[in-house]
This record gives sequence, structure tokens and C-alpha cells, in this order.
Amino acid sequence: MGEATTLRRTPLHAAHLALGARMVPFAGWEMPVQYRGIMEEHLAVRSRAGLFDVSHMGEILVEGPGALETLQRLLTNDVGRLRVGQGLYSPMCAPHGGILDDLTAFRVGEERYLLVVNAATTAKDLAWVADHGDQAVVRDVSSEMALLALQGPAAEVILSQLTPAPLARLRPFDAVPRTTVADRPAFLSRTGYTGEDGFEIGPAWEDAPPVWEALLAAGQPLGLQPAGLGARDTLRLEAGFMLYGSDIDETTTPLEAPLGWTVRWEKGDFIGRAALLAQRERGVERRLVGFTLAERAIARHGFPILRDGATVGRVTSGTFSPTLQRSIGLGYVAVVHAEPGTPLAVEIRGRPVPGEVTRLPFYRRPKAERPVAAGR
Amino acid sequence: MFPEDLRYTKEHEWARREDGRIRVGITRFAADRLSDVVFIELPRPGSTVTQMQTFGVIESVKAVSDLYAPVSGTVVEVNTQLAERPELVNQDPYGAGWMLLLEPSDPTEWERLLSAEEYRRLVGEEA
Repeated sequence: MGEATTLRRTPLHAAHLALGARMVPFAGWEMPVQYRGIMEEHLAVRSRAGLFDVSHMGEILVEGPGALETLQRLLTNDVGRLRVGQGLYSPMCAPHGGILDDLTAFRVGEERYLLVVNAATTAKDLAWVADHGDQAVVRDVSSEMALLALQGPAAEVILSQLTPAPLARLRPFDAVPRTTVADRPAFLSRTGYTGEDGFEIGPAWEDAPPVWEALLAAGQPLGLQPAGLGARDTLRLEAGFMLYGSDIDETTTPLEAPLGWTVRWEKGDFIGRAALLAQRERGVERRLVGFTLAERAIARHGFPILRDGATVGRVTSGTFSPTLQRSIGLGYVAVVHAEPGTPLAVEIRGRPVPGEVTRLPFYRRPKAERPVAAGR
Repeated sequence: MFPEDLRYTKEHEWARREDGRIRVGITRFAADRLSDVVFIELPRPGSTVTQMQTFGVIESVKAVSDLYAPVSGTVVEVNTQLAERPELVNQDPYGAGWMLLLEPSDPTEWERLLSAEEYRRLVGEEA
């Protein structure tokens, strides 16, 4: 970043400026980092609702008779158990077990899957999927589909005013491939990356502004606020979700990150399986753990993690948690230090700040607020 | 946004004369640009600071920045409230969000600070 490259803009660029957003470069895009303040937007999502523009994320369609086989080979999670209208989270690994990307795969038709991938990795993912999709048709629809994330306990009430989709029946990761939101055709799923209940809404690129405006208007009486990438980062970290490029990348495996649950050994072969199996048998040497600090100083990416004065790992993400009102972070440590409760320190500007390994997630939304699946 | 009775640094600190001593903080412009301040490292009372050398660090959720002393001198008081309530810097940068009270060692340094008008021009160019 910092080079004089042309940043891409989402269809909501003008809407962000009108709301007074502070725009920053992110993964080649000009994106809103905040509107009224990261803290305020974060707390709005936790207590009411927030609306994010995540149109910079990539969307790849994989379809045809070979679609399922292709995805089973590419992803560690088991796409074979998806019914139409369901999605799952999965890493996509290289042969050596390193994570090429983490994504959400939705089954949107009998032989049709939609992958929602990270903005920075879209081109790489597209080439990788196309290279391995012998029988499948692989198509980049990133510039056809916008993506809005409506997140928070009030999300269902807000969205139900604007869509005929049966929201109350949708469980987490369920999707409605074709519905309307504010009278515009849209993809809709009960997903998000904030640790709250919520929905992701994918209208056509050019329909994003009216859908955005309608959501803001419907949500205003319920305290909905537009929220930027700043709050998105603090929310996902509290929820213990990985940020690709910081917490996970091609040099880390799902078994080192706390993503072992996404590796479905029993589904058959997939790219990276042999390497991951070997790693499992010999035992992982390091693990991604959560930690909390005794001071409000922020552990930034790359800072050393210490135990008894010796470096035992590195910070991958850190922030001040608006919900917990304390400094939290993620980092890789040698496995002997990975047990929750282990005392450690993070070296912040040359000074060890004490803390301890903490069980993930840092924040879990109250049970009563989770969606109740009707009729199931 | 920039009180006329204050002097400023190009690094966005303000300085206010109070009975021969000088109170120090950061400007509204800097506080807004940092967004939510969550942590501030300040020197101990009794330590000395040097004009335009760093005296501490301020962290927001998104960024970390150095703090620069507007004038040289001895720290006679620090705002201990900021340890628990760093958000005071955002809420009231020229009042409750102050950081240091200094006993200046060189009275001529004050004259080298920017006037409100000069600082306004600087910020206008940066914005």
C-alpha cells in the first residue's frame, strides 16, 4: 500500500462519503474504516445492529457436473453435506497444508456453488479454482454482485421489513439463493463475521445503493448504524475469527490455527490432506491462541510473545476490546505454552506487558439472542 | 476547533501558559484523526522532556503515534485520569483530556510554537 495505484470503489462509495466516512486503502479498494467512531459502531452491532459494505469481497461461481468434485478436492470442509440453501466456512489449502484462503461456500443450486472469498486473494483464488475445476465452469462474479452485511440482534427484525424470505426459518449459514430485498433481486444468507446474528445480502452491483438506503431507513428506528472496517476488525477479533493475511496464510495450517474442526478427514482426499495428516500424526509445534493483557496497551501484529523473558511466539492480531474493555489478541506460540491460563507477556515498544492465554472466543453472544429455528 | 490562546506544534500538540507553567495536550484535529483513543503512555512526574522530542505514546484502536513535547522542561504533573479514561482525549482534548503540566526550562521556546492561525493553515493543508 502507499503506492500511487488506482483504488477500486464499491457501488456504495458515494453513499459512504455522504455519511461522512473516513476512507482508507484496503486490499486495493477504497473502503470506509469508520463513520462516527469504531467504538460506537462496534457497540451498535453488539447491542442493536450495524450495516457493513463488504462489496470488496470476491464471489466465484462454480457450476456444472464437476462442481461438487472440484470443491471437495479444493476445500478441507465437507461440501458434500450441503443441501441447496446451505453454506459452510472452509479453508482452502495448498498441497503442503498451508492456507490459501478462508471462504464461505454456499450451495445455491443442484450443481451450483457460490464461494465468497477475501478481497486480497480473489485473483489468486480464481486462478487456483479454475486450474482445478476440470469438469466445472468457474466464473468470477465479483463485479456483478455487491455484498452488504447486516449484523446484530436487531438484524432479523430490520430485514424482515424488506424481504419476503422466511428469515425466522433460516439457521446460521442457511441461504436463500434468489429472493428480493427492497424489491431488488438478491442473494441472502444468515452469515457474517462479527459474532452476532446477522445476514449477508448480495444484490446486483448497481442495485446496492437503493438496498443500502432501504436498510438504513428501516433500521434507523431500531438503532442501526453504518459500520466500517475498523469495527469489523474489532468485532471479528472478539469473536475469535481469523483474519486472512494476519492470523492465517500460506505458512500456517488449519491445525495450527484453531480450525481443526473444518478439516473433514472422512470425506476422502483433498489438496493438503496428506500434509495435514502427517502434521497431525507428528503433532503440531505451535498453536494460534487468544490472549488478554493486564494493560490497555495494544499488541500489534508481529510483536514478540514472551514467557519468562524468552520469546515463544508472535502476535498476529491485537486490539482493545470495546465489549470487554481490555486488550486482547491472537498469536502463535509453541504448544507447551498454549494452555488457557498460561501466563505470558507481549513485548510492546520494548516493554513486556503481562497477560495470559485465554480461551476463544473472547466474546460469545448471549444464548437467548441466538436465532430460534422454527419448525426444526 | 483551535483556541486562539493556545500555541501548537506541527505534530498536533497544544500548549497553554498557566502562571508560568505550560499545560500540554493534543489538538481536536489529532484526536479526531486518531479516532477512539484507548491507551496513553506518559512520563513520570519529575522527569524531563525536550522540545520536539517524544515524551509518550498514544494508541487508538487503529493506530499508534508518538507524542512530542512543545517545550523543554520538567514534568510537574501528569493527567492520571487518562489511564482509566483515555477517551477524555476524544471528548475534551483542550480540557479534561490534557496530558502534562510542565515547568519550562527555556522561556524562548514558547515563541517558536505555531499560533492558532499558523496551525489552522497547516491542518488545512493536511486535511
